[in-house]
Amino acid sequence: MPKDPSIKSILIIGSGPIVIGQACEFDYSGSQAARSLREEGIEVSLINSNPATIMTDPVTADHVYLLPLTSDSIRQILGERQIDAVLPTMGGQTALNLAIECQDLGLWDDYGVKMIGVDIDAIEITENREAFRKLMIEIGVGVAPSGTAKSFLEGKELAQELGFPLVIRPSYTLGGSGASFVHEPEDFDKLLNRGLHSSPIHEVMIDKAVIGWKEYELELLRDKNDNVIIICSIENMDPMGIHTGDSITIAPALTLSDTTYQRMRNMAIKMMRAIGDFAGGCNVQFAVSPDEKEEIIAVEINPRVSRSSALASKATGYPIAKIASKLALGYTLDELDNQITKSTSALFEPTLDYVIVKIPRWNFNKFKGANRELGLQMKSVGEAMGIGRNFQEALQKACQSLEINRNGLGADGKEWRDQDKILESLKHPSWNRLFHLYDAIKLGIPFKTIREITKIDPWFLHQIEELISLEREIEKHSIQSIPEELLRAAKERGYADRQVAHLLRCWESEVYKKREELGMQRVFKLVDTCAAEFPAETPYYYSTFEQENESVRTNRKKVVILGSGPNRIGQGIEFDYCCVHGVLAAKEAGYETIMINCNPETVSTDFDTADKLYFEPVFWEHIYDIIQHEKPEGVIVQLGGQTALKLAEKLDRYGIPILGTAYETLDKAEDRGVFSDLLKELGIPYPKYGSVETAEEAVELSRTLGFPLLVRPSYVLGGHSMKIVINEQELEHHVVDILKDMPGNKILLDHFLDGAIEAEADAICDGEDTLIIGIMEHIEPAGIHSGDSYAVLPAFDLSENALNQIKDYTSRIAIALETKGLINIQFAVKDDKVYVIEANPRASRTVPFIAKAYDQPYVNWATKVMLGELKVKDLNYDPKQHGFAIKIPVFSFDKFPDVNKELGPEMKSTGEAIQFINHLRDPFFKKVYSERNLYLSR
Amino acid sequence: MKFKPSSSAVLVLEDGTIFHGLAAGKIGTTTGEIAFNTGMTGYQEIFTDPSYYGQILIMTTPHIGNYGVDEDEFESGSVNISGLVSNKFSEIFSRAKANQSIDEYFKERDVVGITEVDTRALVRHIREKGAMNAIISSEIDDISELKSRLGKVPSMEGLELASKVSTKEPFTYGDAESHEFKVAVLDLGVKQNILRCLAERGCYMKVFPHNTPFQEMETWNPDGYMLSNGPGDPSAMPEPTRTVTNILEHNRPTFGICLGHQVMAQASGLQTEKMHHGHRGINHPILNLHTGKGEITSQNHGFMVNRTSAENTENIQITHIHLNDKSVAGIKRKDKPAFSVQYHPEASAGPHDSRYLFDDFIALMKKEKYGVNS
Repeated sequence: MPKDPSIKSILIIGSGPIVIGQACEFDYSGSQAARSLREEGIEVSLINSNPATIMTDPVTADHVYLLPLTSDSIRQILGERQIDAVLPTMGGQTALNLAIECQDLGLWDDYGVKMIGVDIDAIEITENREAFRKLMIEIGVGVAPSGTAKSFLEGKELAQELGFPLVIRPSYTLGGSGASFVHEPEDFDKLLNRGLHSSPIHEVMIDKAVIGWKEYELELLRDKNDNVIIICSIENMDPMGIHTGDSITIAPALTLSDTTYQRMRNMAIKMMRAIGDFAGGCNVQFAVSPDEKEEIIAVEINPRVSRSSALASKATGYPIAKIASKLALGYTLDELDNQITKSTSALFEPTLDYVIVKIPRWNFNKFKGANRELGLQMKSVGEAMGIGRNFQEALQKACQSLEINRNGLGADGKEWRDQDKILESLKHPSWNRLFHLYDAIKLGIPFKTIREITKIDPWFLHQIEELISLEREIEKHSIQSIPEELLRAAKERGYADRQVAHLLRCWESEVYKKREELGMQRVFKLVDTCAAEFPAETPYYYSTFEQENESVRTNRKKVVILGSGPNRIGQGIEFDYCCVHGVLAAKEAGYETIMINCNPETVSTDFDTADKLYFEPVFWEHIYDIIQHEKPEGVIVQLGGQTALKLAEKLDRYGIPILGTAYETLDKAEDRGVFSDLLKELGIPYPKYGSVETAEEAVELSRTLGFPLLVRPSYVLGGHSMKIVINEQELEHHVVDILKDMPGNKILLDHFLDGAIEAEADAICDGEDTLIIGIMEHIEPAGIHSGDSYAVLPAFDLSENALNQIKDYTSRIAIALETKGLINIQFAVKDDKVYVIEANPRASRTVPFIAKAYDQPYVNWATKVMLGELKVKDLNYDPKQHGFAIKIPVFSFDKFPDVNKELGPEMKSTGEAIQFINHLRDPFFKKVYSERNLYLSR
Repeated sequence: MKFKPSSSAVLVLEDGTIFHGLAAGKIGTTTGEIAFNTGMTGYQEIFTDPSYYGQILIMTTPHIGNYGVDEDEFESGSVNISGLVSNKFSEIFSRAKANQSIDEYFKERDVVGITEVDTRALVRHIREKGAMNAIISSEIDDISELKSRLGKVPSMEGLELASKVSTKEPFTYGDAESHEFKVAVLDLGVKQNILRCLAERGCYMKVFPHNTPFQEMETWNPDGYMLSNGPGDPSAMPEPTRTVTNILEHNRPTFGICLGHQVMAQASGLQTEKMHHGHRGINHPILNLHTGKGEITSQNHGFMVNRTSAENTENIQITHIHLNDKSVAGIKRKDKPAFSVQYHPEASAGPHDSRYLFDDFIALMKKEKYGVNS
């Protein structure tokens, strides 16, 4: 059956700013959906308030509306444009909720808009836990005993009836927000109260907790002909009790027999059919009893694409959002091609001949006082995925992708040996649970004990145990004596050369050399949806240590773009936006583009983005081996945030060309001493500063600089451990704190310009000329991290004189640093005098914001400047400026109820939104301006 | 636990390609036709499926053995693959229901395997070069010796194998007391789950050896005939083909699965042919041409019905096609109460999307027996 011919124009609703529980996976799905619909000749309009997304780029949609996600905005769009249908399933729960709101207001009917890809009743059922439960019982699918409460009294009665432990889940919330376990009756009242409050309709579901049951997810697709296929099975290594977004997950499911899997598959299909009649994607979560009965109960169903479907798409190669969009248009699965093989049918179920492991990335250190224990409410801010030919390899690669100063799991001398501390950590799982599992096994704590505490399936524990016994075997040798089979066994299991070097007490380079001598090279395998049954066209690779290499090097000139790894506070989707534009620009310039990244949520790891995708850790060893294989003209490091940038030094050392700004410059800008000398030479003012290595030196220095002082370690991201101190006592304390976490690190003290206004400029420079693409003024006073500030573009009350200083300094610094590409400079303005605070010769967080506000392809230009394809004087600077654009920082403090919203020099926001205002009398601006000092702390 | 890899093993293909790995299961030597299965679950059901008789099987999913072996989940009384090639062979298993590890089970049943092989490279090789014979050994490392043994292995083409796995004596299955239909099963290598699926639907069965003549089965007075799955080349099976021809001549309700489908096709005058490398897995897409709906199916076959001959035979209607290569996946006789499918509606391992075919068979028997449409 062909697609519905009455639909010519579709509105896609995005998910808004990044918050915990709703991240850039929806940029991936929204971008895919837009591309998929445009392939069909559909005119795509898109609404999203998040400027850091690819989906809101003119390359993605025909009409982009950077508006707040409200029914007023929808009304405005529908008034302006003929929209035939709305696709609300690509923007998470936010988009679904907005679609329901508009439905209730009658907007869709008023404008004759059809809702596709979902039906409202299905959303209703899946979000209303009581209705869901009733339906499941009706269709014979097991659920945990439970009930709903709309009042405190009803809640108390239910608890009486069900008994403890219990789970309280508020209806209609995101990422498990407000959900909690109640182990003891005395905690119940408080948690019930919180749950009722966090539900927008003040309703909670109270379930009997099935803590410790095995947890699985299935990703489904259905067409209008009612064909249902399972794209992926995902097993949570962390069993029921930890939110799936905070769990280590594995695909395919590794500990399910076919009989149990097929029962689960049947249940999932039945559930999707029961909730409503719609064509699109669906995620179903199950719990399985870990006993002989293997009883299966349904946990929840989400009738939309999700974080898990993004993961499933990357895990299998089957682009769920892309196909779901076509199904929403009326296609049936049998009419569509498998997007990877291009020769077989889209109606099939992908099969994997590798394993993927996803590990979440947390940022607890940003939330002082936060409860760090993992539970029902998601707390992670990002994730990394490792692909390997076996579970152990995938696990090691995922650990190497995390960038938490570990070289993988184990073999880095960082393990704990205190039994009590380890056991305590296993009882109260946090971000380091996996590492402490390893420590516990290594220490010889019996499996029975570990299993009783964690309920983790013994198969996974045994896999870690095997790694430890392999390490013990390796430790018996030296680099000279290690047998080839043993080294190979380690490499096949994902050990980095650094880990092997640690075990053999030698240098990483010696291990590399040994491997080279033995011909033990990485090979690259294809992710092809079909376990090699059919030839595949799509160049989506991962590395392993086996016989055959499938990645064939072409003769084209090529460039490697390094991605930004897992999202974290201070480094998020903005850098993925930059990487994707870098790829597109390099393609336009005639390069074969090679993307390396390990974040499954992103557009950069969509196999449709670069010419070749290596889904690999942004970790030196992997990158080096890819570069050795591909032999590119060079590597672009300035688009992937600090992750990519910090690899510059090694690339330089190994003689690999860095395209754009050279390593020396990157280093010069990072090294405060060298940079200040440069400023001095240029006659550019900067706050008095100094660097120290001990608390005593700090106090000494403070006497010359004077308080308040800004104290921070050098070489950090997002203002990590940055603090303003006002007296010697505070100074001493903070310096000791920093040195505890980062021993041997240099500490910088800057005189803090109290009451100054902050501003920043982004520019493109080719070494000769500089183009300032935007100057932003922060609404909050200096002292709040730029990422957490409201920024106004262009500056709204700086004097002509101050602006001229900013322009002059930006150009001169960019040229003096021999910048080739992007540079961001931060300023403090006090008494009309401009001081330079720092310069970052790389794409900054604000570049996408400026590009969106001015509707100009700045990253594209910058990339071509890096490649030497364009000169700054060729650029036609023509920003589309109407009034002001405000960058709004968005926080996820609601996920940490114990933490006060306090802002300071350390960044805490998870996302951003853009708002356009015509003039400064705008009520939104006035409100923000009047509250500018509200959250300032030190 | 000590890290101790097992001893080495080698796999040699008919075209001389060699893969090295480690021993899995019993230490020994084995030969067969090499084939690959892409299923991610169900290794136990697959290894005991009689249709795999004579086949060295490559499992593409990297970990085999994770959930051990459960005595309730066998598809026959024995392991039917002649050897296993895997990437990771897990001696450790985790399942409350399981009785033993796959390694223990293999050792007990004398199954030879090789693991730590780049199975993906091997599959790509087979995909290009086609099915061929192979030898695995974990006891002989002299390649020329292995090649010489391999040379003596007969080709699968023209090979009759049903007799190796079919029951020697008839036996009954299901509820003898209360049942709605009696089904005679022509056992060419029947999977347990076909019998279970029919028993669940009120059938009492008598399972006959592969070479049983029609008259002998007919004396039991069945309401319908089930032609089972099984191994080998259908064109080398004149006896079962004759039996099925007789069943059809007598207008008996008939349902064929896999090899049974191929035999029914032959009995209807169609040709069968050897495939390049077969269909084996649990994710194969089928389109039901009657309803227009898709089914995800379990498949395991190296031979198939020739499509042209099916299209050009007047009494044959193609009812199902394979969506990937458009091959014939199901046929029905326009003139007889008989239909058959190339895939496995009983699907163990595999999805249950096609179980409705058993209901269709029941409806067919009902119609013939009572003269009504259900």
